[in-house]
Amino acid sequence: MTVTSVDSDLDTRTLTVIADFAAPPDRVWQLWADPRRLERWWGPPTYPATVEDHDLTPGGDVTYFMTGPEGDVHRGWWRITAVDPPKSLEFVDGFANDDGTPNTELPTTDIHMRLTDHDGGTRMELRSVYDSREQMEQVMSMGMAEGLRESIGQIDALLAGAG
Amino acid sequence: MTAGTTEEALDLLFHALADTTRRDILRRSGRGELSVSRLAEDYPMSFAAVQKHVAVLERAGLVTKERRGREQLVRTDPDAVQRARQALDRLERAWRGRVERMSHLLAEDPELKGEQGA
Repeated sequence: MTVTSVDSDLDTRTLTVIADFAAPPDRVWQLWADPRRLERWWGPPTYPATVEDHDLTPGGDVTYFMTGPEGDVHRGWWRITAVDPPKSLEFVDGFANDDGTPNTELPTTDIHMRLTDHDGGTRMELRSVYDSREQMEQVMSMGMAEGLRESIGQIDALLAGAG
Repeated sequence: MTAGTTEEALDLLFHALADTTRRDILRRSGRGELSVSRLAEDYPMSFAAVQKHVAVLERAGLVTKERRGREQLVRTDPDAVQRARQALDRLERAWRGRVERMSHLLAEDPELKGEQGA
């Protein structure tokens, strides 16, 4: 079994998943950092994901859509809040409108992902918290710091070179 | 990914559940015997503040109010609590599926396994 433990707490609206993989952290990291690999696991087989933008830098966005069996399209986005390759990634996951703009009416999920060496492989700890709308609005305004986004964009290039 | 109205209802639900006092009100109102004023007696806050908490719970569909004489009795709706539970369960299933697919990818992609050296 890959999933080691799952704990969900209704009071704090939090889901914690711990999973162990038989591969080193930098390889597991690539599943997040490489959009072509990300789209092979993010959506279920019946709703495969297609990743469009993929900027894993603070304030950066990942945008994707999932295509359903009837050709129905469901758009989503991440806003990256913190990134430390190949160890941790924090982002807000939300729904998007048909034109790709974030849907501010729907709740978001706050995701904290951490990779550590474990028994010759990798342990992935993932904490997922259903957010209130208020918190989301904060995140949206934060991400508008475009300048910061440009300057940190080099990290992405480094990561691509290392892969 | 479900209809917008469902997600919005869920947002209200989780917001309502995110407060200690409101969760306590939910626990105490299971049998629908307590009035807002009776509930308010046990919290270190004003009647108006407790009334506000009850209103948040009511808007989220977690409690209903029933008038009896001059009192308003508060009753928890167990189905609403169950809906929030189910939302977390859906999230859990989604992540179990994702982890499984990640594991398969690592197994089938030799480059990801790290066997060819990093």
